[in-house]
Amino acid sequence: MAILETQELTYTYSQGSPFEKTAVDHVNLKIEEGEMVGVMGHTGSGKSTLIQHFNGLLKPTSGKVLLEGRDIWENKDKIRDVRFQVGLVFQYPEYQIFEETVYKDIAFGPKNMGLDEAEIKRRVLETAHDIGLKEELLDRSPFELSGGQKRRVAIAGVMAMEPKVLILDEPTAGLDPAGRDKIISHIKTYHERTKNTILIVSHSMEDIAGFADKILVMSKAKLFCYDETKKVFARSEEISEIGLDVPQITKVFMELKKQGLDFGKEVYTVGYAKDLLIRQLKGREVR
Amino acid sequence: MENIIEIEDLHFSYKGDSETPDVEVLKGIDLTIKKGEFVAVLGHNGSGKSTLAKHINAILLPTKGKVLVDGIDTADEDKLFQLRQKAGMVFQNPDNQIVSSIVEEDVAFALENLGVPYEEMRRRVDESLKAVNMYDYRLHSPSQLSGGQKQRIAIAGVIAMQPECIILDEPTAMLDPQGRKEVMSTIMRMNREQGITIVLITHYMDEAAKCGRVVVMDKGRVVLDDTPRKVFSHVEQVKEIGLDVPQVTELAWELRRAGYDVPDDIITEEECVEAIKKLF
Repeated sequence: MAILETQELTYTYSQGSPFEKTAVDHVNLKIEEGEMVGVMGHTGSGKSTLIQHFNGLLKPTSGKVLLEGRDIWENKDKIRDVRFQVGLVFQYPEYQIFEETVYKDIAFGPKNMGLDEAEIKRRVLETAHDIGLKEELLDRSPFELSGGQKRRVAIAGVMAMEPKVLILDEPTAGLDPAGRDKIISHIKTYHERTKNTILIVSHSMEDIAGFADKILVMSKAKLFCYDETKKVFARSEEISEIGLDVPQITKVFMELKKQGLDFGKEVYTVGYAKDLLIRQLKGREVR
Repeated sequence: MENIIEIEDLHFSYKGDSETPDVEVLKGIDLTIKKGEFVAVLGHNGSGKSTLAKHINAILLPTKGKVLVDGIDTADEDKLFQLRQKAGMVFQNPDNQIVSSIVEEDVAFALENLGVPYEEMRRRVDESLKAVNMYDYRLHSPSQLSGGQKQRIAIAGVIAMQPECIILDEPTAMLDPQGRKEVMSTIMRMNREQGITIVLITHYMDEAAKCGRVVVMDKGRVVLDDTPRKVFSHVEQVKEIGLDVPQVTELAWELRRAGYDVPDDIITEEECVEAIKKLF
């Protein structure tokens, strides 16, 4: 069964006013449990509006959002439970840190869920470990930490609620290349331990290529596609046309194909490109 | 050509207190930038690149050493206004640098403070907005604009001061690919058409690859300073300090390591396509 599903999901901002704008337009989507999904779309494509529906921050103008097969708005008094099950990490989450110590900040969510001290402690320690925060940092004030560490504390705070679905809105924005790789690899560690579903919003197809099983692309309020990573990359040309950046290496292979050198494969990482080229070259030497 | 920025043995430490020692962030930087150059400064977080940028228009002053902009010593307090008019700065967060509720008023803000006469101010504001392709938005509210548009407004505000040089501290870090393209093409146009010297602090290797010169910083020192082609050919060194090289450069390097004859200075897609075609 799909963990998260939308049926004809539609959301219109300022309905009935001159500024009326449909940001999500009849989106049908099924996300299976345990998947790691990359979410793309340029600014104004509706991707942020879409993800804000997944934990009930926005209520559909029409259509439905189903979590484990149940309409999340079936009983609106229960929407708080939905927010425990679908965790949303906003952009620049380090601005939302407020507790005195790192431990307390990560424990804030689990505490609100009414968990007992032992369970809270287990979760704080485990997520801190996943996200790469050393135990001795837990007693420090989060405000003494570096920017990258603060961001990891904020992410850990949502992870510690162990939501069935974790959504991160551009978790690597503003970081340097090493910082970007680090955050992604820590999110992967968490994914491997919990096997929970993860959605990561990113502008960089290059980054997404490195972790996603599937890619969801929004364009002009509609679902452009939701498919396996390699199938989405097979449509690089169209994706480029809707204003998204395809990786440089993919562009090179698109151009080679145009010029008559077709390797018959979708290329989206440097490592794969290298292996593919060397294999082909070796094959020629043998012949 | 004439030097616009001259940095000599620049040291800078953030002051500690009784419990924490001083932290030396810049450890002896020597750097000269000529008028009209387009220079990218790369470095991972904490390498000192932003601290360096803040020295160019006297937001920070050297602990030791000297920074001269068009001959003006940044430590000369009497010439601070003159200095900041010559060297304008654009920051990372577009929302933190907009002060007015109407686009053209925002661009005029600094000119009003300087007491520029109305006619002159009107002319400069219009020209600056046209230069960044935002003239049609002059009566809009900045809150209705995209990040890329806001950054271009911030750039217009700097251009209106008719600076010799603009320092941009990761101006595209918070923007989407579309916004990044808008800002990059605006900066490149300013450099080409108006001859304004550009110092661009960035994390994006593709942006750096478009500059005339790349300065790489690590641990408070300049470790590489050359054309992007030369700098990125040091693939191992660049990776070691936590930075990336463009994907095409990396692929060429990997192929060369595997024993194939590929040039070591590939930085564009076209060059990579040609090199691969030659192998087959």
